[in-house]
Amino acid sequence: MAMKKLINDPMDAVDELVEGFALANERLVRKHPRVNAVMRCDAPVAGKVAVVIGGGAGHEPLFLEYVGPGMADAAAHGQVFAAPSPDVILAAVRSVSSGNGVMLLYNNYEGDRLNFDMAQDMARAEGIEVDTVLINDEVASAPRGQEAQRRGTTADHVVIKIAGAAAETKAPLDEVLRITRKAVAGARSLGVGLSSCTLPATGKEIFEIADDEMEIGMGLHGEPGVERTKLLTADETMERVLPRILDDLPYGDGDEVILVINGYGGSTRMEMFIVNRKLRKMLAEAGIKVHATEVGEFCTSQEMKGISVTLVKVDDELKRYFDMPCQCPCYVKP
Amino acid sequence: METLDVRYWRRALLNVAQAVEEEKERLCQLDGAIGDGDHGTSMARGFRLVAARLASDDSADVGALLRTTGTTLISAVGGVTGIVFGTFFTSAAKAAAGKTETGTAELAEMFAAGLRGVQLRGKAKPGDKSMVDALAPAAEALREAHDGGLTVQEALDLAERAAREGMERTRGMKAAVGRARYQGEKAIGHIDPGAASVAVILAALARTAAEPPSGY
Repeated sequence: MAMKKLINDPMDAVDELVEGFALANERLVRKHPRVNAVMRCDAPVAGKVAVVIGGGAGHEPLFLEYVGPGMADAAAHGQVFAAPSPDVILAAVRSVSSGNGVMLLYNNYEGDRLNFDMAQDMARAEGIEVDTVLINDEVASAPRGQEAQRRGTTADHVVIKIAGAAAETKAPLDEVLRITRKAVAGARSLGVGLSSCTLPATGKEIFEIADDEMEIGMGLHGEPGVERTKLLTADETMERVLPRILDDLPYGDGDEVILVINGYGGSTRMEMFIVNRKLRKMLAEAGIKVHATEVGEFCTSQEMKGISVTLVKVDDELKRYFDMPCQCPCYVKP
Repeated sequence: METLDVRYWRRALLNVAQAVEEEKERLCQLDGAIGDGDHGTSMARGFRLVAARLASDDSADVGALLRTTGTTLISAVGGVTGIVFGTFFTSAAKAAAGKTETGTAELAEMFAAGLRGVQLRGKAKPGDKSMVDALAPAAEALREAHDGGLTVQEALDLAERAAREGMERTRGMKAAVGRARYQGEKAIGHIDPGAASVAVILAALARTAAEPPSGY
């Protein structure tokens, strides 16, 4: 399908996205004067570890809408589906660092690692204490035992929430890192793509999929999945998706999880709730208790149709941080 | 022509920028086959800014010009493309620091340093289906050209051919790095877009050297 988007010059799309976003959320965030980074208005917050997230644009609400009290301190944005440059990340780090350490938290992709690592080196050379946590929840992207190769996806929603809450309590950097890594370690995701999507810069679909097909394990940027099949029903699809997640960690009887049902951008909330109904039935049969269910668009891939499912295993500590209040443009917890 | 002076390098880098702009669509198409299809626009975004900065840059040494090129690509592009191509230029810049002209010895050193920088950062080895598969043969050709006592023009022509042949060989490779590695066997049969960009750059460098001196 041809690209059909309300944009101006495609080369300006991300600049204009960040500008418009900041204007819509003036009370919560401000845009960096020079680069495509946004910071919470009250940053740097004294005595607090700063959480800096970021990645390619085109996944809204990730990443910029996750900035605010109880969430991330700043988000560094790249072009659509391309990591931010070290320049943008370093500007974000400098803007929110209060001298209590900075945690870089982002999805495990090659471009992100290269750029964030360089920014981390530059920040350290300036005397800022910085450390990194990578999110790598996508089970289809590499086999068990090779978790370090896996891509990051929808676990961001829960991991950023927990990390932001931990930082908000003014826990020291080591502690924020430990809690965040624990959340990542218990997070697994798998999605199903029903259609392709187009990039503003090229106007072209990033991969081909027939009208009557779906792909299990489809990545956020069209990375091939593990199984392409004729379109199945919601229940049949979840019967193929959830076991791959459950078997991976594995999750089992007595575990407690946060469940995320994420729309990729072109799927309806109707579909998400239908999927949730089936998932809850399957999780109950497996003896897994659901602490919280999050349904919505948290990590999109432009107009791609599809849904991803994330489980994050939680204990009392992670539940406590997840349940703390937060206020960012895409998510408010009272 | 014995050496390439600062005027050559400014002109050559502007020609690279123009060539990247002209090849933008083709580079995007190559990327579209095994990635998300934005390599050409990423390169063009970076080199547009490089051209703007070099137009008003009166640096007297080759290293400074290459450094401006590299830091601009690193800061303006993002993704793998910006940092890997930027690192090539900033690494080559170190080998050319303070030099007002470059002969084949300097060319060989610059490309060897650029290749080392890229490999250190990107971790790609020859055969991984990346820009290294075009860059390594080009660097090798420059070294051999210098050892053989060839002129800078002959050296650049050989490097250009080596880069193009290296690029062609990526067609037969599975990717071990980058997003294309998720394509597995499906990446075979497609040229790596990063390697294609290296060939575009070498072609512009060789072409500029062949222009009459008054041309730059």
